[in-house]
Amino acid sequence: MSKKDTENLKDVVNQAIDSQQVVHVKLKDIGQKDIDIDKLTRPSKETHQEYWGRGLSYLAIGVIILLVGSIIGFVGIHGLATFFHDHVNLWQFLSSTDWDPTSGPNHVGALVMIVTSFLVTLLSALVATPFAVAVALFMTEYASKKAARFLQSIIELLVGIPSVVYGFLGLTLVVPVIRAIFGGTGFGILAGTLVLFVMVLPTITSLTVDALNAVPKHFRQASAALGATHWQTIARVVLKVATPRILTAVIFGMARAFGEALAVQMVIGNAVLMPYNLVTPSSTLTSQLTTQIGNTVMGTLANNALWSLALLLLVMSLFFNILVRMIGKKGAK
Amino acid sequence: MENLSPAFITTFEASERALTTEHLDVLYGGTIQKLFDTSLQFKRNSITALIGASGSGKSTFLRSLNRMNDTVATVNGKIMFHGLNVNQANINVYELRKSIGMVFQKPNPFPKSIYDNITYALRADGEKNQQKLATIVEESLRAAALWDEVKDKLNQSALALSGGQQQRLCIARALALRPEIILLDEPASALDPVSTSKLEDTLKQLREKYTMVMVTHNMQQAARISDYTAFFHLGHAIEYDTTTNIFTNPQGAITEAYIQGSFG
Repeated sequence: MSKKDTENLKDVVNQAIDSQQVVHVKLKDIGQKDIDIDKLTRPSKETHQEYWGRGLSYLAIGVIILLVGSIIGFVGIHGLATFFHDHVNLWQFLSSTDWDPTSGPNHVGALVMIVTSFLVTLLSALVATPFAVAVALFMTEYASKKAARFLQSIIELLVGIPSVVYGFLGLTLVVPVIRAIFGGTGFGILAGTLVLFVMVLPTITSLTVDALNAVPKHFRQASAALGATHWQTIARVVLKVATPRILTAVIFGMARAFGEALAVQMVIGNAVLMPYNLVTPSSTLTSQLTTQIGNTVMGTLANNALWSLALLLLVMSLFFNILVRMIGKKGAK
Repeated sequence: MENLSPAFITTFEASERALTTEHLDVLYGGTIQKLFDTSLQFKRNSITALIGASGSGKSTFLRSLNRMNDTVATVNGKIMFHGLNVNQANINVYELRKSIGMVFQKPNPFPKSIYDNITYALRADGEKNQQKLATIVEESLRAAALWDEVKDKLNQSALALSGGQQQRLCIARALALRPEIILLDEPASALDPVSTSKLEDTLKQLREKYTMVMVTHNMQQAARISDYTAFFHLGHAIEYDTTTNIFTNPQGAITEAYIQGSFG
């Protein structure tokens, strides 16, 4: 069969497709190309491309694994040196409120920082979640597409603001207001919570929007067909189905709050004092790190103790990740 | 241009009508008309099948009957239910849908227990009497011919049931509200032949107490279980008669062509 015949046949088929007629083409008329049987046993250009592509991707992965491994290793070695080299008791580290590492191994207690870190994290998530869910519900259930897009861009804007700006705003606006209302310095967990609330709100909101959008439409239809109102459908079906993913969103928000350093440091007060209320100065793991890291000499106990705080942060972030995975698995069932 | 005027539309005595549409038009986006001037009467305690090719407007018509199209389309014309036009703005659609239930193409039980699926609407309504709820669950499941299969696992997730069981659960869930009319949108199209046959048996039994309107693509199914059949084409109700007449002696040329399978 010549090339010209093949062209003609193509024209016929294309015309038939254009005019939407059904034409039966005999397969044998199209013919076959001559096969070079040796090609089947020889590597071709594509084979080499395959090797290269795979090699490059493995190389990149290798570099990243090495990087992550060395970060964990470095933080681990220095963080654990406090316990193995300087013989600080682990239980003392976790339970004592006496933080003065320059005075010796008996004064390395991180409880104040641990408690404060957890308090600002939990409180900010607690305050932010209802607002985030409300905003996400508005965006997915009630708002017009235009309004939802507008809100989406505002949320993205909030994510993009550098944390030093949030800290500065907190220092200028939040701290004086707290000082005026509650007395004292105004620095403390309340100020930290309020600043973190604004910072984790966009994270929780946008992940909650994804969670709500992932609820299949047919659940809403089924509910509507049973005479349920929009609000009943939201409260009894949509939110229930989306709960695991909303919890995941909250945990991502908490991870962000737990790890935030600069903004918190600017409003928390940075005194290593046990927080018996929300408006006295205290200190978080991160704020202690940022304020003290410049004041210590590498290899000393004071420096190693800070690395131990860093290690604790690392372990906590791992814990948040595992929690997210566990909830994800449970939600998939 | 084909002749799209109705070939024959059957009517019933006023006392026999469960639901009536008068000059129903459905428009999407304000301009694209999907249904034209449809006036059909549905007889009490009967199964009416709506047949026609894809895009013929039968599903659009069905979904308009309990106002499920409100958010996506404009529906003009009257839908008469107990002497009241329910296609007007001041109608409480939530109450209307409790009287005119709906079962969808794809079985869509909630990811809750079988028991909670059935009681969902009642509880949303504020019913708290556990004894009453339990009675309604049993009655509804019995009516949907599902009770014997699930009575020992009412607290298990409804999603663990087979597709056919899920669809009968959806019928039971609609029955829990004690509706008068059940709208079915291709209820068997996602089911295997055995499940389909069980579902059809269930629907035939339900005819004693309920009025059913069913969209179906399956002509054999329409012939097997429906009493009346309406044929839709390009948004027009072309012919509406007893199922026997539609399948053995169609009046319209398009109806005949469709029944004989030359298109669609």
